[in-house]
Amino acid sequence: MNRIKQKLQEDKKILSIYFTAGYPTLNDTVKIIQDLEQNGVDLIEIGLPFSDPLADGPTIQASSTAALKNGMTTTLLFEQLKDIRKTVSIPLILMGYFNPVLQYGVEAFCQKCEEIGIDGLILPDLPLDVYQKEYETLFKKHGLINVFLITPQTSDTRVRAIDDASEGFIYMVSSASTTGAKEGFGPEQSTYFERIAAMNLKNPQIVGFGISNAQTFQQATSHTKGAIIGSAFIKHLTQNGVDGIGGFVGQIR
Amino acid sequence: MSYHADERGYYGEFGGAFIPEMLYPNCEELRQNYLRIMAEPSFQEEFHQLLKDYVGRPTPLYFAERLSKKYNTKIYLKREDLCHTGAHKVNNTIGQILMAKRLGKHRIIAETGAGQHGVATATVCALMGIECVVYMGEIDIARQAPNVARMKMLGAEVRPATSGSKTLKDATNEAIRDWINNPVDTHYIIGSVVGPHPYPDMVARFQSVISEEIKSQLLEKEGRENPDFVVACVGGGSNAAGAFYHFLDTPEVGIIAVEAAGKGIHSGESAATSALGKVGIIHGSKTLLMQTSDGQITEPYSISAGLDYPGVGPLHAHLYTSGRGEFISITDDEAMKAGLDLCKLEGIIPAIESSHALAIFKERKFAEDDVVVVNLSGRGDKDLQNYIDYFKL
Repeated sequence: MNRIKQKLQEDKKILSIYFTAGYPTLNDTVKIIQDLEQNGVDLIEIGLPFSDPLADGPTIQASSTAALKNGMTTTLLFEQLKDIRKTVSIPLILMGYFNPVLQYGVEAFCQKCEEIGIDGLILPDLPLDVYQKEYETLFKKHGLINVFLITPQTSDTRVRAIDDASEGFIYMVSSASTTGAKEGFGPEQSTYFERIAAMNLKNPQIVGFGISNAQTFQQATSHTKGAIIGSAFIKHLTQNGVDGIGGFVGQIR
Repeated sequence: MSYHADERGYYGEFGGAFIPEMLYPNCEELRQNYLRIMAEPSFQEEFHQLLKDYVGRPTPLYFAERLSKKYNTKIYLKREDLCHTGAHKVNNTIGQILMAKRLGKHRIIAETGAGQHGVATATVCALMGIECVVYMGEIDIARQAPNVARMKMLGAEVRPATSGSKTLKDATNEAIRDWINNPVDTHYIIGSVVGPHPYPDMVARFQSVISEEIKSQLLEKEGRENPDFVVACVGGGSNAAGAFYHFLDTPEVGIIAVEAAGKGIHSGESAATSALGKVGIIHGSKTLLMQTSDGQITEPYSISAGLDYPGVGPLHAHLYTSGRGEFISITDDEAMKAGLDLCKLEGIIPAIESSHALAIFKERKFAEDDVVVVNLSGRGDKDLQNYIDYFKL
């Protein structure tokens, strides 16, 4: 069974952490993954850096720019990850923009993911209709779960369509914003969390954007299966490098 | 075969809307409404009234006699340089501001490279009394000071884009990020036939007034609606889309798109997207774009600030790959000389973008009785410093 699906069956709130591959230094990828697993994180999103990350705020943008400057490429990331399954069993998701995947070759990319033991992909700018028409069969053939996003502006009808197309979890963007733009939640989020919870979707939801500490983690997971931390972890890496990952994770839960 | 967008915004394999879910409601609202709004008689009336009284349309179709004599063919210039604000850009911003009003938006954002689209957007926002924020790369702000001043005088706020390469593509990223963060009250006025569906089609429709006028003006002057060739420069490709629009499905009209070769196609400093680009996704559109083998978008170069976009509109990518359009690339040197040539022969100082289109007469022969319409997309006032530096005037 796919590791993501297996993890989602556990009776606990999921803590997922995002980091940009190649940041803060080029060869930190494996150590970050190992430390996150050892410190009890449930799921990891490995960011494939892109020159033009248009859904990201300044923190993740800066980490992408730095990672590319450090020399990170899709080929190199796959090289760094080739033995990762010898040391970790945590579910791994690659997250990035569609263009680098397209240049690598979508089929070759999926095949490489399967060889390494990647469990899923998040490609925010690969739209639902194109995925279903052109890539769904391919992703499934290589055992990859494709994760879709919803936002407070996503209509009920579209949430249903996305739920139907999903088979893992739904990435629930907490507010209309780029990553790292807002901290914490207000009444708008409560309404949104309740609306989605009331829809009884077949896929669990994991909330991303705006989660940075124990309080926001608790708020986000009160109605959902889990939460994702991205920008706050990147900031931690910027300040501390790869030291003290345990401390960072420990203060979330 | 039609060369217009299908209902999903595809031109052959190009186009579509490759956008994150955060942008879906914004683009969907526009997609569901743009054709209906544009078809409303009151919209058409207001649009054409403003084009006439405010922009100064129709712009003349001018027979360039001395230029024609020099190249031994019949050359007409479509004088978009005589539009208010100095270029064709305003045709689109007038259309989009009226669209934004009908969609109930009260805040406008835009991206700009050299500042021409920023000025055209700031202009229509002043006209309508709507708040305007223009994103502009930090590097472009430094090298285009007069246009920054114009936008400020017109009441717009100019926000520097400090990410990535700090130029047009990054200004576009910033504008898109702003739209993600302000999905309800804001309309994003994209300046070219780029971006996610429905932008390429909507902008082409607003610019199509150019070819609509060419047809009726040519009928008056030559007794026929269709020229043998239409020539336009292509960066993102909005002036070209407008000049080609009503001729796309008329195969007897030759379509010539002129790209900026910069210092030469293989010099490493070029903006010739059709020659150097590969299929990919930029700003929500599947098209040809300049990128590394790893899929990172690269920074193009041209002496003309309006042509250095790393992608090209999906319509043009389709014209190129289908063979419907003839694509020619012109270097900085060739363009600058052609610009000066037009000054001396016709008393018109063209924008450097438009000079690229004019430079094809040295590259390509036309028959003596061919009617060739060149879209003179903008005037050269904004480029004076470049001309001064280049020719040591």
